[in-house]
Amino acid sequence: MPRRDDIHRILILGSGPIVIGQAAEFDYSGAQACKVLAEEGYEVILVNSNPATIMTDPEFATATYIEPLLPGPVTKVIERERPDALLPTLGGQTALNLAKALHEDGTLERLGVELIGADYEAIRRAEDRELFRETMISAGLRVPRSATATTLADALEHIDEIGLPAIVRPAFTLGGQGGGIARSREDYGRIVAGGIAASPIGQVLIEESVLGWGEFELEVMRDRNDNVVIVCSIENVDPMGVHTGDSVTVAPQQTLSDETYQRLRDQAIAVIRAVGVETGGSNVQFAVNPESGEIVVIEMNPRVSRSSALASKATGFPIAKIAARLAVGYALEEIANDITRATPASFEPTIDYVVVKWPRFAFEKFHGVDADLTTHMKSVGEAMAIGRTFGQAFLKAMRSRELDVAADLDVSLETLLERVARAGASRFDELLEALRRGASLETLAQATSIDPWFLRELEALARSPEAAFAGVRSYRSVDTCAGEFPATTPYHYSAWERPAPDGSARHEIARGERPSVVILGSGPNRIGQGIEFDYCCVHAAMTVRASGRDAVMINCNPETVSTDYDTSDRLYFEPLTLEDVLAVVELEAPEGVIVQFGGQTPLRLAAGLERAGVRLLGTSVDSIDAAEDRGRFGELLERLGFQAPPYATARTLEEALEAADTVGYPLLVRPSYVLGGRAMEIVYARADLENYLRRSATAPDGREIFLDHFLENAIEVDVDALCDGRDVVIGGIMQHVEEAGIHSGDSACVLPPHSLGAEMLDQIREQTRGIALALHVVGLLNVQFAVISRPAGAELYVIEANPRASRTVPFVSKAVGRPLAKLACSLMLGETLASLGLPSELMSGRFVAVKEAVLPFNRFLGADTLLGPEMRSTGEVMGVAADFPTAFAKAQAAAGAALPSSGTVFVTVTDSDKAAGAGLAAQLHDLGFAIVATSGTADAIERMGVPVRKLRKVADGSPHVVDAIAGGEVDLVINTPTGSGARSDGWEIRRAAVARGIPCITTLSGGQAAARAISAARQGEPQVVSLQELHRTP
Amino acid sequence: MSFVLLEDGTRFDGEAVGAPEAVTGEVVFNTAMSGYQESVTDPSYARQLITFTYPHIGNYGVSEAAMESDRIHARAVIMRDARNHTRGAERGWLDWLRDGGIPAITGVDTRALVRHIRDAGSMRGGVFVDDTDEAAAAAAIAAEPAMSGLDLAREVTPSEPLELAATNGSRGPTIALIDTGVKSSIVSSLRARGARLQIHPCTSDADAILAGSPHAVMLVNGPGDPAALDYLVEQVRRLVGRLPMFGVCLGHQLLCRAVGLETYKLRFGHRGANHPVKDLTTGRIEITSQNHGFAVIGPGGEHTIEDDRPVRWETDFGTAELTHINLYDRTVEGLRLPEARASTVQYHPEAGPGPHDALHLFDRFIEAIGA
Ligand SMILES: Nc1ncnc2c1ncn2[C@@H]1O[C@H](COP(=O)(O)OP(=O)(O)O)[C@@H](O)[C@H]1O
Ligand SMILES: Nc1ncnc2c1ncn2[C@@H]1O[C@H](COP(=O)(O)OP(=O)(O)O)[C@@H](O)[C@H]1O
Ligand SMILES: [Mg+2]
Ligand SMILES: [Mg+2]
Repeated sequence: MPRRDDIHRILILGSGPIVIGQAAEFDYSGAQACKVLAEEGYEVILVNSNPATIMTDPEFATATYIEPLLPGPVTKVIERERPDALLPTLGGQTALNLAKALHEDGTLERLGVELIGADYEAIRRAEDRELFRETMISAGLRVPRSATATTLADALEHIDEIGLPAIVRPAFTLGGQGGGIARSREDYGRIVAGGIAASPIGQVLIEESVLGWGEFELEVMRDRNDNVVIVCSIENVDPMGVHTGDSVTVAPQQTLSDETYQRLRDQAIAVIRAVGVETGGSNVQFAVNPESGEIVVIEMNPRVSRSSALASKATGFPIAKIAARLAVGYALEEIANDITRATPASFEPTIDYVVVKWPRFAFEKFHGVDADLTTHMKSVGEAMAIGRTFGQAFLKAMRSRELDVAADLDVSLETLLERVARAGASRFDELLEALRRGASLETLAQATSIDPWFLRELEALARSPEAAFAGVRSYRSVDTCAGEFPATTPYHYSAWERPAPDGSARHEIARGERPSVVILGSGPNRIGQGIEFDYCCVHAAMTVRASGRDAVMINCNPETVSTDYDTSDRLYFEPLTLEDVLAVVELEAPEGVIVQFGGQTPLRLAAGLERAGVRLLGTSVDSIDAAEDRGRFGELLERLGFQAPPYATARTLEEALEAADTVGYPLLVRPSYVLGGRAMEIVYARADLENYLRRSATAPDGREIFLDHFLENAIEVDVDALCDGRDVVIGGIMQHVEEAGIHSGDSACVLPPHSLGAEMLDQIREQTRGIALALHVVGLLNVQFAVISRPAGAELYVIEANPRASRTVPFVSKAVGRPLAKLACSLMLGETLASLGLPSELMSGRFVAVKEAVLPFNRFLGADTLLGPEMRSTGEVMGVAADFPTAFAKAQAAAGAALPSSGTVFVTVTDSDKAAGAGLAAQLHDLGFAIVATSGTADAIERMGVPVRKLRKVADGSPHVVDAIAGGEVDLVINTPTGSGARSDGWEIRRAAVARGIPCITTLSGGQAAARAISAARQGEPQVVSLQELHRTP
Repeated sequence: MSFVLLEDGTRFDGEAVGAPEAVTGEVVFNTAMSGYQESVTDPSYARQLITFTYPHIGNYGVSEAAMESDRIHARAVIMRDARNHTRGAERGWLDWLRDGGIPAITGVDTRALVRHIRDAGSMRGGVFVDDTDEAAAAAAIAAEPAMSGLDLAREVTPSEPLELAATNGSRGPTIALIDTGVKSSIVSSLRARGARLQIHPCTSDADAILAGSPHAVMLVNGPGDPAALDYLVEQVRRLVGRLPMFGVCLGHQLLCRAVGLETYKLRFGHRGANHPVKDLTTGRIEITSQNHGFAVIGPGGEHTIEDDRPVRWETDFGTAELTHINLYDRTVEGLRLPEARASTVQYHPEAGPGPHDALHLFDRFIEAIGA
């Protein structure tokens, strides 16, 4: 049955900001779907609050709304655009929950919108844990014994029947958020309460533990004719108990016999039929008892997922693309397999290589959190590798992680064994080390429940890692069929094989005659280097292709659009190390290599590439160094007559203390060459500095630490600019909402600036131009400034310059309506700004765009939520409106911290903020809020003549502020720091706010913006407007 | 150095891990990712050297339950990275091959080998150990007969008839099974559905088969060229129409020949567990287990069926229709003779190894007998 022609306009919901458990995979899936539906002639209406996505590029949809993924704004979009259908299965849990809400509140029916891909009942059967269980049981499948509870009392009744340990799983949450393993009665109460709070419907499933069983996932697709295929099986090397997102996983499954595997396959098919997902892909998770072969169903996700993206990249079978076609009426057999062209999509891929996925963690940024791996996901990204053997794939994946902090293996074997049993971020590094030191397979199997097959493989790798790479490197193709048919899609990986027989080719690469350009991707997502960089790499590939050259992509992140084989002319799914990159370059003999778009990852390789004689396109390695080297950059600024905060570098404690006095406190201290402000701190006095140095900074390898004079109460400004070496175009000037000292990645920002004078803006433009030309930038440049108001007038300081694509490039591109990364890539390929015909500044000025950061504190309870110079956000959202307050309110709502319109505000601020804090309280009072405060702050507020209720500090005993927050008496918290030490009052307050899910603002500037936004929100649900309309030239 | 040599002189090096002997035969490849033990014990692989495309073979050992016959029929096994792990299994894979006297070679760039066969067609070749002289190896290969024209069913068929009771306790139909090298999964699929089996050597005469008063006839898989089995096709012609009949794999080819169709050798065969087959009468698609080197030519001489409607024509046994096609290459995958109550499929509904999508065909057969 071909394409449905009774529907014309299809609404697609994205997944919003990158958060733990919902990352770039939904941009990959969504972008594929948008492309396919447009190809099929449908009009696509897209809503996604995340500007750093390819799918929100205006050419991917008829109308693109960067609006909060909440029922209010989406209803407005539906009212304006009147789509015929809503495809909710591409935007992760967010889209599914939102579609469910829109069905339940009657919006879909009222406006005549049909759910396609998965209907309401199917979504419920899969997502409601209790319904799911019933559905499984009536389909004759086994599930762990369990009970559902909506109150703690309920839950306690079931404890004996379920037994301990018990698994607590909240309904309708993402990545297992709010769940856990209860090993004792105390755990049980705590985790159940947390789970009920985390579940949007206040329900948890308490389940019999199958810890230690094997964990398997099957990716299933079904079409309207009820034909079903399994795209891929994935085995978790970490057994049940470690979330699949945090597990090292392998495709295909390795340890099951055909007999057991076929039983899993039968059950996966039974699950998708029973749940009733009519068309599209689903992920079904199973636990298999290694002794008895007994199988239980764990869960199913009736949508594309992280695992489906992985399965697509692992097999070459594009699940999202096909799911979109199925949703509009096609059958699997009517869709061609892109890779072979000759065969249809109604088949099961078979592979002749091994795929290993490795999670990437960021615990080093969240002091004080529980870093053990458990049933809720904690990783922030992942790397995938393909090898001809498990060993090749495993070691390639391991080196793809690009760790900032190597695992600490300098401990006793005993400690290693303890650690592997607990499962942490470095579990496999520790396992390999334990094996090197002679730990027995039995001991390790006992400690970890990891299948002995894997342990043996690891043992071989521990003994001689080189053995896995015997032979010669030869590039192979991912072809979905193990070589049975010729593949046309150039998706490659390196394998190590015996030299090819005489006369046959060593590589399966069809290089062709066209010149090629290699683009280096950004590797696994991590904090500080996220999807923004992948976005830029994809734009680079598009530009290279449009210029008539072959775009060649190297990357190892399975979530991304850059590793979609459609994005470039040739994709090498490889680790981003110098050796791996040089091998591709040798084969490709490209015109040049682009290192400017993939963040720090390719930049780290730049010097090595240049030394190897590789031509880098765009800004030279020397210029990059001139910007990154403090000394050289300082001289450059001096030469230009621009101001920078005084700074010094030091290698030892003594040097540092001495330098500190010349630079002047307060100081911003950090180790050299780090991205995302890692290990960066503000110190106010000598004692703090000594403390910092002892704790972290002076790296054992004697690398430098930097000491900058910290500019207090400065406004931070970010500029993205284009330069061709001769001319400069300002892409966008962004004013940060939070003051300098909050990492630019964690701070909200506004474009165009809302409170900088024209003169200051001119000065910013002039200095940006000066730096760009002095650095001979060809491509993109990002400059960060700080503006300080002094009695004599505002002063401008340069904080840093990055001659590469910055995190804000996608945001600016969306806000100004020009693709900055594409323009930069054209410059790198030899175009000039003059030939591109650009104005000297791209800002449109007709509306205000606000970017807000999204932080993962709800997953890391225990970490202090206080913002600082170390970046900790995972993603971002954008709000667009005619004025700043409305745009800011939208951004807050999109970030999941919707501001209350009424209720109670709790204010507690540091002494220096008391006056301003009281002013803010007065403003909120005028807006109708009740004010509560701690005593000092309350006194200041009272002096303003504002009624305020005093709350006790924690030390003064219950009922105190934390009780009030936990008890739901507070709707908004404004707390500026008086100290970030663990267990300080501030820490307790912020933690309670996160646990309760209420917004907690930690800067006064943020508070002021919030007050204005609340006042603007009083005008009612703000208008929604599409990007296409915003940028339509009048 | 051990190596695989093909008749066209292409050589792939590796390390010997099975019985330390040289062996020749037809080199074929199988793309399934599990089920290696089932494959090598499948009698249809007689005289063949199986190349597994999946690199790690042996991961879960071998076990009695996974035997598709009483011994290994493949002549050798060619692998990329074999494993001898035994956990949860009765034996290690390589130990078992060695004890079974089967040469095996690992470390071979199987993908390069497979791509070669894919492009050049399956051909004769051999596995040679310990630096065998290449010229001697080539001579051994040349001495190996080509697969076309070979009657191998005779080599794997039992010498005596055999009766087997149903395994589900019920008293279902009695089915005469002509054993051209039957897989245990076929036998157990029928017995589990209540059938009592009378297993006959493939050289049996139709009268001898009918003498047991069976309710139906089952034609099964087996090695070699169906065109070399005219003696058996003759007996099949005497049985069609008299009793309901179901055929699988070689059995499908035999019935097709019995109604006048020709068979031919595929370039490199279908061997794997992921081929989509469409039932043209219902529109349903099954993911199938496949193992065949020969295929059926349609009544108009067509090697592929381009249309999605069953091809119908008249035969000595009433109307015939080609009911199934392989969606990979649109070759014939099934036949039905409604009036004669006979049907066949080219693929393996019994799985062993592979997906269970087509198990229902056995139910259909049993029902048809009852009717
Ligand atoms: N009954 C159980 N016993 C042991 N571990 C479990 C059990 N149920 C789930 N888990 C573990 O918790 C993880 C998350 O559970 P899951 O239901 O898949 O939630 P999510 O929706 O977050 O993927 C699983 O990947 C598995 O490792
Ligand atoms: N001298 C300074 N005074 C005030 N704040 C600063 C100063 N230097 C850096 N910062 C703050 O620290 C953050 C991170 O510093 P930056 O140099 O941009 O590091 P990164 O390379 O991690 O982006 C900035 O966004 C800014 O808020
Ligand atoms: Mg899960
Ligand atoms: Mg910065």
